[in-house]
Amino acid sequence: MRSSLLKLIAENLTIDRGGRRVFQDLSFSLSQGSALVVTGANGIGKSSLLRTLAGLVPLAAGTIRLEGGETDRLPQEQAHYFGHQDAVKPALSVLENLRFWQNFAAASVCEDFTGSTLSPSLVLETLGIGHTAHLPAAYLSAGQRRRLSLSRLLVTPRPVWLMDEPTSALDKTSEQQLLGIMNDHLASGGLIVTATHTELVLDRVETLHLQAADPAEQAPEEALL
Amino acid sequence: MTGWAMALFQRDLRLSVRIGGSALVGVLFFLAVVTVIPFGVGPDLNLLARIGPAILWIGALLATLLGLDRLFQADREDGTLDLMMMAGRPLELVILIKCLAHWIATGLPLVVAAPLLAIFLNLDPVSMGAVTLTLLVGTPALTLIGAIGASLTVSLRRGGLLLAVLVIPLAIPVLIFGVSSADAAIHDPVPFLTPFLILCALTLIAAVVGPIASAAALRFSAD
Repeated sequence: MRSSLLKLIAENLTIDRGGRRVFQDLSFSLSQGSALVVTGANGIGKSSLLRTLAGLVPLAAGTIRLEGGETDRLPQEQAHYFGHQDAVKPALSVLENLRFWQNFAAASVCEDFTGSTLSPSLVLETLGIGHTAHLPAAYLSAGQRRRLSLSRLLVTPRPVWLMDEPTSALDKTSEQQLLGIMNDHLASGGLIVTATHTELVLDRVETLHLQAADPAEQAPEEALL
Repeated sequence: MTGWAMALFQRDLRLSVRIGGSALVGVLFFLAVVTVIPFGVGPDLNLLARIGPAILWIGALLATLLGLDRLFQADREDGTLDLMMMAGRPLELVILIKCLAHWIATGLPLVVAAPLLAIFLNLDPVSMGAVTLTLLVGTPALTLIGAIGASLTVSLRRGGLLLAVLVIPLAIPVLIFGVSSADAAIHDPVPFLTPFLILCALTLIAAVVGPIASAAALRFSAD
């Protein structure tokens, strides 16, 4: 039996934040080369789900596994988190920011995922901010900062990308470019989990729609808690 | 393994140099504490020489506390801390390296300034050297203990004051042995090496306990 195919499996995820149950018994599995688009109303728990997968929110119950990944690493250590915060240091130059992440974050490759390591200057060039490489990041616009943050995902290969509202602050051209990058990642055997409000045209998409439980149904559960 | 550690160390050092001020503000605060005390105590040179080591140590402790609240807060505010926890590097080592860079940027300037400030307090060359040496060995412990407070207060808007309240009690042993070994170098019958070695031991203990406790606190506050 060959089980080296990458598969992200979440079983019965339950999380509490601030003493409130966000969701309960959420299970899904995502196989190699496909993207999971998480949709739902504001405050329903999309970001919480992504942060949970990133290992930043403790699980009240359930497990997260990356089948076929490196066994000695936790799932979140094989994932990139692209969230609302850019993690860009204004005092460092654009290239210094990117080089730091390339050297600091551990790369994670396995036989089925062939993400390649690109050089920082090449990535900046591709994303159209090559001319800013030696400027302090403080001078970047919001969209440029966002692209710098995105370039972090390309200099360190990791199979799972967790992207929270990836298109925010990007213009139409950059959005198309982002979709291209995401499709390339899927094509090279990666996985993407993304929370979004806009329609994303990706190659292989599965949708997870989060919805508040029916109040009548939820009542007995509330009584239990 | 050394590659990522070096990258982190260089980044932290570069940030504290570029953002600027952190070293200078600490030294200026140290200077302010040390100069204000002779005005309060009065111009008794013998008294000043006797309490000089203690004043320098208290000044260094307060100046260290001043810069500690930004140790993790800046990284948390822009999301860097989240990514550091996912980087696949041991968080305890990450904290140890951050503390080292922070000490070089803020603690070492205090040690360098200490001999100069010792002149203000009428210390003779021997005690000047002794205080500087004890500060060199002891201030890393203050930074490492302070890291625990910094990570506990990382999510608070104005955590600086709470941090001082949390850290000062834990820093008292370092203060006691720092001052007593500096005193021992001045007063002959007492051996210098005994309190000095205990001070070294305190720093080594802080280098283990500090990062472990601090990592636990940061993991807890990641939510």
